[in-house]
Amino acid sequence: MAQIFHRSTNFISRFSVFSAIFLIGLALVAVLAVARSPYMTRQNISREQPVQFSHKHHVGDDGIDCRYCHTSVETSAVAGIPPTKTCMNCHSVLFNTAPYLEPIRESYRSDKSIEWVKVHRLADFAYFNHSIHVNKGVGCTTCHGQVDQMPLVFQANTLLMQWCIDCHRNPEPSLRPMDKVFAMDWKPGPDQEELGMQFAVERRIRTTAELTSCSTCHR
Amino acid sequence: MSVGQPPSDSPEIRQLTPVLGPGHTFRSVTDKISAIVLTRPTSLGWFIGFAISFSLTGLLTVAIGWLFTKGVGIWGINIPIGWGFAIVNFVWWIGIGHAGTLISAILFLLNQKWRTSINRFAEAMTLFAVACAGIFPLIHTGRPWMAYYMFPYPSTMGIWPQFRSPLIWDVFAVSTYGTVSLMFWFVGLLPDLATLRDRAIQKPAKIIYGMLAMGWRGSARHWHRYQSAYLLLAGLATPLVLSVHSVISLDFSVSIVPGWHTTIFPPYFVAGAIYSGFAMVISIAIPLRKAYGLEDYITMRHLDNMAKVMLATGLIVAYGYFFEFFLSIYSGNKFDVFLVQQRLHGPYAPFYYSLIICNILTPQLLWSYKMRHNVVVLFIMSIIVNTGMWLERFVIVVISLTRDFDPSAWGRYQPTFWDWATFIGTIGMFVMLIFLFVRVLPAISIAEMRELVAETSEEKE
Repeated sequence: MAQIFHRSTNFISRFSVFSAIFLIGLALVAVLAVARSPYMTRQNISREQPVQFSHKHHVGDDGIDCRYCHTSVETSAVAGIPPTKTCMNCHSVLFNTAPYLEPIRESYRSDKSIEWVKVHRLADFAYFNHSIHVNKGVGCTTCHGQVDQMPLVFQANTLLMQWCIDCHRNPEPSLRPMDKVFAMDWKPGPDQEELGMQFAVERRIRTTAELTSCSTCHR
Repeated sequence: MSVGQPPSDSPEIRQLTPVLGPGHTFRSVTDKISAIVLTRPTSLGWFIGFAISFSLTGLLTVAIGWLFTKGVGIWGINIPIGWGFAIVNFVWWIGIGHAGTLISAILFLLNQKWRTSINRFAEAMTLFAVACAGIFPLIHTGRPWMAYYMFPYPSTMGIWPQFRSPLIWDVFAVSTYGTVSLMFWFVGLLPDLATLRDRAIQKPAKIIYGMLAMGWRGSARHWHRYQSAYLLLAGLATPLVLSVHSVISLDFSVSIVPGWHTTIFPPYFVAGAIYSGFAMVISIAIPLRKAYGLEDYITMRHLDNMAKVMLATGLIVAYGYFFEFFLSIYSGNKFDVFLVQQRLHGPYAPFYYSLIICNILTPQLLWSYKMRHNVVVLFIMSIIVNTGMWLERFVIVVISLTRDFDPSAWGRYQPTFWDWATFIGTIGMFVMLIFLFVRVLPAISIAEMRELVAETSEEKE
C-alpha cells in the first residue's frame, strides 16, 4: 500500500502541535500586555492643547497653588477647569500682547470657552470624587504625578481599575499630613508606615472591605 | 425478529442473550461498521433528517442573532424570574451529557463488556449535549462577548472572579467536562480513524482520516500507550460524572431560595442526569440500529441493561422527589411548606403532576421484561423520561423563583417565541451533529468490537 504522507509529515505535525501551543500562549500574553500598554491606557502621552499652557511654568516656576485654578477640588467631585477669567486675572497685565495668548484674549472677548483637551478620562461607569480623596489626605501628585515638571500635561498613571483598587486595598502609604496635600515635593518619609496608620485612624478611612466594595465606585 | 430476543424470561435464556450477535469475525465487524461511513450510499432518510435538523439549527442561529441584537428582553425572563428557559435547558442538556461519560469511563473501569458497542455514540452524544448546554449560560449572560470575565486571568481590573460563587465553579466544571470528554472520545477514536484511513477509497478521505489518526500504525507500542492513556482518561473522567452535576446543583442549593436550599440536591441531580442521559442514549440507539441494521451489535441485551439503569436511577430520582417534599414539610419552615403547596396547587401544578407521571410512574413499566424488550415501548419511554427531566428543571427553576419569600416579589413566567426557538434550535443542532457524526465517523468502536469478537470466541472454546 502506497504511503499517503511523506516522511517529513512526522516532523511537521509534531512541530505544528508544539508551535500552536506556543503561539496561542504568546497571543494570550500579547493581549494582556497590550491591555496594559500606553497604547490602550494613554499613559505618558502628552495631549496637544488649544493654548500653549505649561503647568511646568505656572506651578513649577511661578509656584501657583493647584487650587488657584482648580477651585472646586476640595468641595466637589470634579476639580474644575478654570474659566478664561482666571487666566485674565494675570494675563490682562502680564504678556498681554503675546501672540500665543491670543486664543485666551479671543475667548475673553467673545465669551466663548476654550475647549481644553481632557487628559484624565475616567469611564462613565466609574464614580470618582476629588473632594473625598483630598480631604482624607491623598495628595495631587499621588495620582497626577509631578505636574510641576510637565510642560504639557500627560496622564502619569494608567487609570486602570487595578491601579485604583491597589490603593483602595492599601491606602496608608498615600496618606499625607494635611498641609502637604497640595505640595509638589512631598515624598513619603521613613516613618510613613506608622504615620499612614495613624492618619487612617484619625481621618476614619473606611475599611478595605468598604473601600473595595463594588458600589463604592460603580454606583 | 432479530437475534437475541428469547421467547420468555428465564435466567438461562437471559444468560444467552449476547452482547454481540453470533457468527462475527474480525473482518465482518470491521466491514460492517466502516461501510456505514465509507462505502454505503447515503440514504434519502439521512438527507431528509439532516435537512430538517439543519433548518432547526438555522432557527437557533436566527434566535441567537436576534438575541444579540435586542438583548435578553426578547425572552420571557424578568425579575423575579431571571433564569427561565436558559437555565432550564442548560441543566437539562448537561444532564443528558452524563450518560456518555458514565458508559465510557465508569463501565470501562468496572469491566462491563456491554458498554463496548454503545460507548462511542454515547460519548459523541455527551459532547454534543455539552455543546448545546454551553450555549445557554453564555447567551444568558446578556453580554456574551464579556464571558471571558468568568475565567481567572490576570485582568487590568485587579480583581478575580468570585471564587465563592457556584456560578464560577460551573465554568470550571463544564469546561473541564467538555475537555476531558473530547479527549477521551478522540483517544478512543484513534485506532478506528486509522482503520478508516486504510480502507478509504478516495484520496481526500485518506488524507483527512490519516491526519486525524495521528500516525497510528497499530504497533504493539502504540497499543500499549493507547491503553494506558485510555485507562488514565477513564480515571480522570470518572469523578467528573459525579462532580459536574453536583456543582450545577449547587447553583441552586447554595442560594437560600425556598425549594433550592437543600443538601439532597447534588446526589439527586446526579441521578437525574444519568437517568436522562440513558434515556437519550436509548432514544439514539434504537433508530440507529434500525437504520443501519446494527441489531447484532446493539443487541437487546444492551437495551435491556440501559433500561435497567434507567429504572434504577429513576427510583433514586423518585426518592429525591419524596425527600424534597418530606424535608420541606418536616422542616416546618413556612416558606418551604408554602413552596410545596405551590407545587401541588399553584399555577404551575400541571407541570409538577406531569413530571411525576413522566419520571416516576411511567418508568415503573420497566420492571417488566416484556416492556424492556419492546423497542417501541422503550423508545417512547425514553422520550417521556427526557420530557419529564426537562419538566423537573422547569419546576425547580420557575416555581421557586415565582414564589419566594415576599408576596410583593411574586411573579409569573411565560416563555416567548424566542425562548422556544432557542430551545428547539438546540435540539435541532444536537440532532444535526448526531447525523453528521454517524455519517463521517464510526458510530461503534471497531477496535473494541474486534476485541469483543476475540473475547467471546474464547469463551465458547
